[in-house]
Amino acid sequence: MSDPILTLKGVHTDIGRYHILQGVELEVPRGGVTMLLGRNGVGKTTTLRTVMGLWRARAGQITFDGRDVTALPTAAIARAGIGFVPEDMGIFTDLTVEENLILAAASGPLSSDRLDRIFAAFPPLKTFWKSAAGNLSGGQKQMLSIARAMAEERRLYLIDEPTKGLAPAIVATMAAALRDLKAEGAAILLVEQNFAVARLLGDSCAVMDDGRVIWSGPMAELAADTALQERLMGLSLEAP
Amino acid sequence: MSAAPDHRPTFARAGLSDRLAPWLPLLLVPLLMVFGWLAIPSTSSWLTLTVSGLAMGMMIFLMASGLTLVFGLMDVINFGHGAFISLGAFVGVSVLLALASWTAAASLPLNLAALGLALVAAVLVTGTMGWLFERVIVRPVYGAHLKQILVTMGGLIVAEQLILVIWGPAQIFITRPEMLKGAVTFAGAALEKYRLVAVALGLIVFLAMRLVLRHSRIGLIVRAGVQNGEMVQALGYRLRLVFIGTFVAGSALAGLGGVMWGLYDEVITADMGASLMVLVFIVVIIGGLGSVEGCFLGALLVGLVQNYAAFLEPKLAMVSNIALLVAVLMWRPEGMMAVVKSK
Repeated sequence: MSDPILTLKGVHTDIGRYHILQGVELEVPRGGVTMLLGRNGVGKTTTLRTVMGLWRARAGQITFDGRDVTALPTAAIARAGIGFVPEDMGIFTDLTVEENLILAAASGPLSSDRLDRIFAAFPPLKTFWKSAAGNLSGGQKQMLSIARAMAEERRLYLIDEPTKGLAPAIVATMAAALRDLKAEGAAILLVEQNFAVARLLGDSCAVMDDGRVIWSGPMAELAADTALQERLMGLSLEAP
Repeated sequence: MSAAPDHRPTFARAGLSDRLAPWLPLLLVPLLMVFGWLAIPSTSSWLTLTVSGLAMGMMIFLMASGLTLVFGLMDVINFGHGAFISLGAFVGVSVLLALASWTAAASLPLNLAALGLALVAAVLVTGTMGWLFERVIVRPVYGAHLKQILVTMGGLIVAEQLILVIWGPAQIFITRPEMLKGAVTFAGAALEKYRLVAVALGLIVFLAMRLVLRHSRIGLIVRAGVQNGEMVQALGYRLRLVFIGTFVAGSALAGLGGVMWGLYDEVITADMGASLMVLVFIVVIIGGLGSVEGCFLGALLVGLVQNYAAFLEPKLAMVSNIALLVAVLMWRPEGMMAVVKSK
């Protein structure tokens, strides 16, 4: 893993009085999907939000593409080339699908081939182009949320649980869209509870527990080793 | 695996009330007018009262529109907003007094030019003051409502006292420009010219705001920011700059409203802003925090209710707006067109 696109060194983040991240060490290689795994409440979402500057790291250093972004404002971090898909999707429900995507292309008008790619990946967005995003179903909102991150050229995507609460058919659409993103050469840091999806998409993997990364390595290695999974995540992830 | 059973989902047809619900607030203003027409025996008095209610509503809308966006966008409660109303009125009236020869001339272009210059001066001064106010008073207290209330109240007191220092303690009387005095007669009703100007100006500002909010990128950012400011930043926009811009524009509009109100009352005092804030807060709350459209409708309702009530039952006029506030909140606790969901 030489020259990673994103590096976290000894990152500590507090939320109120709680010490959530306790020295996170993480490297996300250029290209490919890095899975961020772990039980609920171990700091996966906080890690993504800290990278975006939505929570501030109290200590440690975050480097994106060779540049220290630890203290940059959120908008500058986004403009450096990081697309963010939060766990709650962050859809602007009063705006139309179109307006959501226009906003997402922050550095200029939405280019038509990007739009074609978005429509190809998520046909429902074309159907509901002019309707309020608040009227979309949960799966369609998730599509819009990912489409928004795709509206501009990004070098890294931070995506938080894109398949949470979605019907299996839509999970497959999501997985296909993420695979397309990966094929474009962008790096993706993906938080995912669905181990089947994780195994399908992940190239490398980092497992968190108690605010630290406790294991990192190739996804295939973790996927092949049930005992390791059980030790790291405290439960068997294989389907019974 | 066997094939899934043939399943044809259908949408239940929404009932009439469900389909009407989003549009109901829009119907309230015409409904209220019809009610007024039925309740008020003479059509000409009804017309006079309606125009005067609309004029009052438009002026309150000018003052309130900035406040609702500031609250929606940054969750900042600004009790100091009234300072900009007073300051705008004093600056505008000073300009009008200095241009006395223009306002006294029986020439509509000269009169309107004087009024226009007064409005521009008020907007420039209150806009600049808004920028300073945000920088010095509001910025240190983001995210702390109690501190915001206390410190912006303090800012209001300081601003009022500064007005007394600069313009002196006496109230200032001002007459309207020559051609805007008096009334035109329409269908037997006397309609004050100045009120018609106020209605026109309010409509222009409202339509311009809508145009900006609906059809420009900056408007999209403001509307999205009211809903989810964090995500707007995560898309790469500097929300702070947008917020400062909104604060400045809101302060400038309050100043504009202040000049218009000063000429409407024909007298200005340093505490006029603070007393108008009661109406402004009522409008912002019944309109729904963060909604310019709601604010517009709320302002018209407040203006009409106050004027009708003053005619029909003068004693009730004092409480009519509070009654309106209570009624709207019982019907829609988050205001007519809430954008910001309660947290």
